Amino acid sequence: MATVTHPTLADDLKPLHHPKTFIGKYIWSQDHKVIAIQYALTAIAIGLVALVLSALMRLQLGFPDTFTFIQPENYLQYVTMHGMIMVVYLLTAILLGGFGNYLIPLMVGARDMVFPYVNMLSYWVYLLAVLVLVASFFVPGGPTGAGWTLYPPQTILQGTPGHDWGIILMLASLAIFIVGFTMGGLNYVVTVLQARAKGMTLMRMPCSVWGIFVASIMALLAFPALFVACIMMLLDSIAGTSFFMPAIMAMGNEDMGYEGGSPILFQHLFWFFGHPEVYIVALPAFGIVSDLVSVHARKNIFGYRMMVWAIVIIGALSFFVWAHHMYVSGMNPYFGFFFATSTLIIAIPTAIKVYNWLLTLWRGNIHFTVPMLFAIAFLFTFIHGGLSGLFLGNVSVDVPLSDTFFVVGHFHMVMGVSPILVIFGAIYHWYPKITGRMWNETLGKLHFWITFLGVYAIFLPMHYLGILGVPRRYFELGETGFIPPSAHLANQAITIAALVVFAAQMLFFWNMIWSLFRGPKADPNPWGAASLEWQTPDTPPKHGNWGEKLPVVHRWAYDYSVPGAETDFIPQNVPHDGSARHHPT
Amino acid sequence: MSLFTRLGEKSWETPGSDRPDPATYRPPAAQVMMLVYFGVITILFGLVSSAYFMRMGMPGMGHAAMDWRPMPEPPLIWINTAVLLLASLAWEAARIGTRRGETALVRPGLIAAGALGVLFLGGQLLLWSQFATQGYFLQSNPANAFFYMITTLHGLHLIGGLWFWGLAMRRARGGGAAALPIQLTAAYWHFLLLVWILMLGLFVST
Repeated sequence: MATVTHPTLADDLKPLHHPKTFIGKYIWSQDHKVIAIQYALTAIAIGLVALVLSALMRLQLGFPDTFTFIQPENYLQYVTMHGMIMVVYLLTAILLGGFGNYLIPLMVGARDMVFPYVNMLSYWVYLLAVLVLVASFFVPGGPTGAGWTLYPPQTILQGTPGHDWGIILMLASLAIFIVGFTMGGLNYVVTVLQARAKGMTLMRMPCSVWGIFVASIMALLAFPALFVACIMMLLDSIAGTSFFMPAIMAMGNEDMGYEGGSPILFQHLFWFFGHPEVYIVALPAFGIVSDLVSVHARKNIFGYRMMVWAIVIIGALSFFVWAHHMYVSGMNPYFGFFFATSTLIIAIPTAIKVYNWLLTLWRGNIHFTVPMLFAIAFLFTFIHGGLSGLFLGNVSVDVPLSDTFFVVGHFHMVMGVSPILVIFGAIYHWYPKITGRMWNETLGKLHFWITFLGVYAIFLPMHYLGILGVPRRYFELGETGFIPPSAHLANQAITIAALVVFAAQMLFFWNMIWSLFRGPKADPNPWGAASLEWQTPDTPPKHGNWGEKLPVVHRWAYDYSVPGAETDFIPQNVPHDGSARHHPT
Repeated sequence: MSLFTRLGEKSWETPGSDRPDPATYRPPAAQVMMLVYFGVITILFGLVSSAYFMRMGMPGMGHAAMDWRPMPEPPLIWINTAVLLLASLAWEAARIGTRRGETALVRPGLIAAGALGVLFLGGQLLLWSQFATQGYFLQSNPANAFFYMITTLHGLHLIGGLWFWGLAMRRARGGGAAALPIQLTAAYWHFLLLVWILMLGLFVST
């Protein structure tokens, strides 16, 4: 058997250079933990902008003709920027750049990412992308109002808000983001493959790492499609090429000089990125929620191998379903049949995961801690969003529901609220490790209950509005014959709920900031978790993570409530012969 | 241990079967990173190619108007290809020199590879200006637009390769560990040569 004195594989790395200055430690840092926090804080900051935009949208939808500062073009800009920021600049960045950076090296027992300098560069390029995006709020014409899908030809036509500067900044920002992400993504993948501690086999990695790992691979393969689409659209709008732009007259009589371009081509490229993007956001959430459920139910994750395989299978399948976003584009019915079938097949591995989460809870020693509450809430919202996905995956049901609030309700449930709940749970879960402090539990529970019940109050009625035929992206409904007055009432109720949820997030921020300075000192392993990141010699972990010696892994990450064991969890770095059974409780 | 064996490991049964990790050798991280990046390049150029076919109006996948006027292939494009091929051969010489410890082969190989790389990029720029003087502008036809875009994407990747060439040169001159950068950049260059040949095939065949 392996002895602890043996140098582990990753010990061969060249010694870390410890920065001494404040700037070296916290600004131009190459430490994965600092970069993770930089990523997360930037993502949350820009996410707050998107949150404010959503509140403005709800004000307009709930109380039309009330807020004169919201004009139709402003509304479209809010829709666009809210969607793009949330999907790309918040969710992708925080899950991969934030949690990926923080958790991968700690969970696999590495000192850092394999290429710390590239990792640092990745963050600064991401920050540049965010700044370029923010700049579009301050240029003449404002940000683009093309909708987050940026469909041509309307995206670059004169009638669309932000057609002169906003769209160019948006496309440039996305291209920069992708370059930055590629640097980070290569790092995450190679770190998982190369820098695992001795004994950390692939199948001993926690589900969180698996989710982030597979999502990173997917992002590396999916983002090039968006990159190409952005470059081609930039050329169309600046250089006058006709990749996507058909021959078109703008404003009735002005020939734009385009000829023969294919708007559908853009849709294919966009959704070849756009659908895997859903799972780029979902898979890390799947992984993290598996770990939260297991730790807080004091039970090993049910069907670990299947959970891992399901992540891999979902990741692979998600590249073959993109055109289910394009059922109304006039595609060949056989294509629709193919994509409906492949879409519904994804339900199988996804359902396996859902059952396994439930079976992990089954007869577990469930602790209703705040992270656990968020994890269980994710199961609710994800099942709901997944089930409405079965409706939309079928062509014949999708066609009438297309572009209605049903779609809005569906994707907010499945890829908006669900990952956000997991992110909240994950922040509450790892906050003691990241900061060394504990947050206030009462505030946390209050935040949870308002958020969880609130999102249902917001998004459940949207499904009904959609079935009534209320279209999405409309500034106001006005007098529409087929829409009953109750729809307006529902819209008002949704807006009030949205504002309450919006305000409740301030509890979260207050809790996090206050606890950073005044929170009680946290135990190094407050949840009694078995995975490696809780076994660091210091809390918060220092640069290099592991002190003198890298950990050696002897078991999987889910040894909870092992019969006959002294404690109800056995950390991964505890050998099983009992000679070194010494671990914090 | 094969991938399937690894993924089939019953990690929960670990106590009692603590085999030492058989993977005592792991390839250099930079090599793995490059291989993953090959995947990114493949999908990037694969997507550009499929967009090319769609925009061109291939039977069954065309949505476009039949406005595609193919570009000619002047002699310069073949000369550039030959230069890129020679650059790859020079890289290969440097790589073989490194592997066999024949330092006499390394330096000339590296210098030639860098010079030929720069020459190729210059040749591509010359090709652009030739096309422009003949009236093949970016916006005048989608075939031209794709040509300029693909050559730019490929050229940018080559410039990245030249950056690593600079790293290898510095290391080789300073007597540092140049073997890894030389091996990896050589492989990267070969890969970009392959990409170029495929893209050239796309231009020629359409």
